[in-house]
Amino acid sequence: MGAVLPLDLSHLPRVDQVGVEERAAALGKRSIKKSAKQRGIRLAISMLDLTTLEGKDSDGKVSQLCQKAMRPMPGDPTVPHVAAVCVYPNLVPVAKKALEGSGVKVASVATGFPAGLVPLPEKIADVRSAVSMGADEIDMVIDRGAFLSGEYSRVFDEILAVKDACGPVHLKVILETGELETYDNVRRASHLAMQAGADFIKTSTGKIQPASTPGVVLVMLEAIRDHYRETGRRIGMKPAGGVRTSKQALHLLVLVKETLGDAWLTPDLFRIGASTVTNDLLMQLAKESTGRYQSEDYFTKD
Amino acid sequence: MSAKVTDSRDTERAKAQIEAERPRLEFGGSVWDYAPAPESKDHVRLEKKYGLFIGGQFVTPKSRKFFRTINPATEEVLAEVAEGGLADVDAAVRSAENAHRRYWARLRPAERGKYIYRIARLLQEKSREFAVLETMNGGKPIKESRDVDIPLAVAHFFYHAGWADKLEYAFPRHRVSPIGVCGQIIPWNFPLLMAAWKIAPALACGNTVVLKPAETTPLTALHLAKICQEADLPPGVVNIVPGAGETGAHLVNHPHVRKIAFTGSTEVGKVIQRATAGTGKRLTLELGGKAANIIFEDAAIDQAVEGIISGVYFNQGHVCCAGSRLLVQESVAETVLGKLADRISTLRLGDPLDKNTDVGAINSKAQLEKIREMVASGLAEGAQMHQSACAIPARGFWFPPTFFTGVAQSHRIAREEIFGPVLAAMTFRTPEEAVEKANNIPYGLSAGVWTDKGSKIFKMTAKMKAGVVWANTFNKFDPSSPFGGYKESGFGREGGVQGLRAYVELS
Repeated sequence: MGAVLPLDLSHLPRVDQVGVEERAAALGKRSIKKSAKQRGIRLAISMLDLTTLEGKDSDGKVSQLCQKAMRPMPGDPTVPHVAAVCVYPNLVPVAKKALEGSGVKVASVATGFPAGLVPLPEKIADVRSAVSMGADEIDMVIDRGAFLSGEYSRVFDEILAVKDACGPVHLKVILETGELETYDNVRRASHLAMQAGADFIKTSTGKIQPASTPGVVLVMLEAIRDHYRETGRRIGMKPAGGVRTSKQALHLLVLVKETLGDAWLTPDLFRIGASTVTNDLLMQLAKESTGRYQSEDYFTKD
Repeated sequence: MSAKVTDSRDTERAKAQIEAERPRLEFGGSVWDYAPAPESKDHVRLEKKYGLFIGGQFVTPKSRKFFRTINPATEEVLAEVAEGGLADVDAAVRSAENAHRRYWARLRPAERGKYIYRIARLLQEKSREFAVLETMNGGKPIKESRDVDIPLAVAHFFYHAGWADKLEYAFPRHRVSPIGVCGQIIPWNFPLLMAAWKIAPALACGNTVVLKPAETTPLTALHLAKICQEADLPPGVVNIVPGAGETGAHLVNHPHVRKIAFTGSTEVGKVIQRATAGTGKRLTLELGGKAANIIFEDAAIDQAVEGIISGVYFNQGHVCCAGSRLLVQESVAETVLGKLADRISTLRLGDPLDKNTDVGAINSKAQLEKIREMVASGLAEGAQMHQSACAIPARGFWFPPTFFTGVAQSHRIAREEIFGPVLAAMTFRTPEEAVEKANNIPYGLSAGVWTDKGSKIFKMTAKMKAGVVWANTFNKFDPSSPFGGYKESGFGREGGVQGLRAYVELS
């Protein structure tokens, strides 16, 4: 992999903004009710990357989040645990310890998150230390400045180097689509990341708006589909940032189902990076089983 | 998958081999499926029997004849509907004539506008009821009747209500007066929308109408008659006389009808044109089509594939302006057709009332037979068929989304209107060839051009012999945009300022 540098991305399919947004919005109109809603919500919970990425994150905060990750609905053991907890590198050991034996993975952001504007050796060191502290997954950022100025091979080489530093650890590549701005750029960056060895491609850091809009998610899923058709390799997708409601989460599942098929409806290939959406999913689940909406005081804010 | 008929068999086989070994996407899996989400029918009040709407009242037909109208998705009988005979059509025309002379033509234009606004608002208020009824009677998916048919019908009434008192501005330096009684005959593919396209401009221009809905889909037009009553529209301004071809013929031949507006098949259009020749009756025809949807190598491919889908599978392909001929540039043909094959397998066919249904029922048994016959001719002429493997319900009339590759310009499926979910895919090499193939057909209703290059859009659209040309989209409608055909797709325009011309006398 990576013997030929994809310096020229102009051969990639163009994206028509009006068309892609129309299609993404049409899939948002699927009517997901009753058993489909129940199953969809449970599936969405199992795909969550519960995230806290703040300067004020502490051991206590991360431990609390890990408890929620393992048992999102304490009274109901049938509700699955989330896929992963996503934190800054310094908090990886805390999360690792709290989640031990639970099946919930620890993801760490790295490579000078969120801007990615640090020298490559420091990015590599950042990744190595996160891995050595026990991270199961690395969420890296690409250098958007380099990408936008057309230095595609530099972006490619950096991803390649980070992938190498990750070893067997799963690599998610954050494109920060809000800064790439156009769908053509999103499509190109998706292709670049997949060619360079990304296991997942991810929309955003959560620090920039807009983040994971339906249009952006659809363009990335289409890039994943074309990559699969060409190479047979299944790349994962992670929308992050801006997913706050169950309706949005179900919309994402519909986009995946109708673009890539059911094979991608697994935490191994689809994740949702969020934190506030968890309680909305739980509230909707409670509503589906009791027929009534509960007060938000019945759901823990962690 | 290749559409190149000129390739040698060996290359064909090699390509098929590569295609077979390619990783396949599997759709319709059971990891997570949508539960049934049927729209409720409870709020639709169906009558057992519907009379003719003449002079503001539902009346028993003098013909004494009634016919059954069914739900094509279940074959269940929905109601019995009166069939207009010669005497009934005569009564309707006289009622319209009376209303025109005594009231409607004398009314201040702003007042006419008020009535049309009222119809628009009432229709909007009842849009859910109309959407469900349209889907029950016609078989189209509820998401289309809900999001396209009914809102557009409402928009047509609102748009034309606004014109009622501004006609002098539409035709500067002219005196504008109404024509009189308009006989209007509409098809079954967009029953309410076509009624709105016909009635709204006619009324706005001061004419009165006798409308004949299609025999398989009379119900929404009859419920529109109820709205006319509710809006207190003067009796006789709108008359609705259901029936089949014979009823239509009575209307066309009635000496007091001043204008005929017909939307339907080219075959019937020709008969009508012969019948009205020399009678002084004005005529507009909106007939069949066989639109070329042209995809260039520099198009946004994934969105172009969506455009093929909405072009030919929208409303089961029962669309006169459907993009039923795909012209794809050879260099991207394999990619586009491969993606199209994947995409049709995601289309959800089934209960039209289910909010997640993409493809509904074929409108009638006769239409289903016609589609089957055309598909059989495609196979007999040597084209390769690709079809969605979706499950077909046991009752009702259904046809899965289908496309043909290896189609030649001379095949029947590339020349004749199928009016079903069947696409004929062909290839081209240069823009000139695309223009030549697109225009090489007796029809000229619509066309689509897909390219990311702005200059190419202008160059291509100017060369298309078609009334409507869409660029990087397909099947988009708006009341302010004129619609109509070239050549055997008819003449006259509907919608926009141009559409008003058919309903006024200028002096």
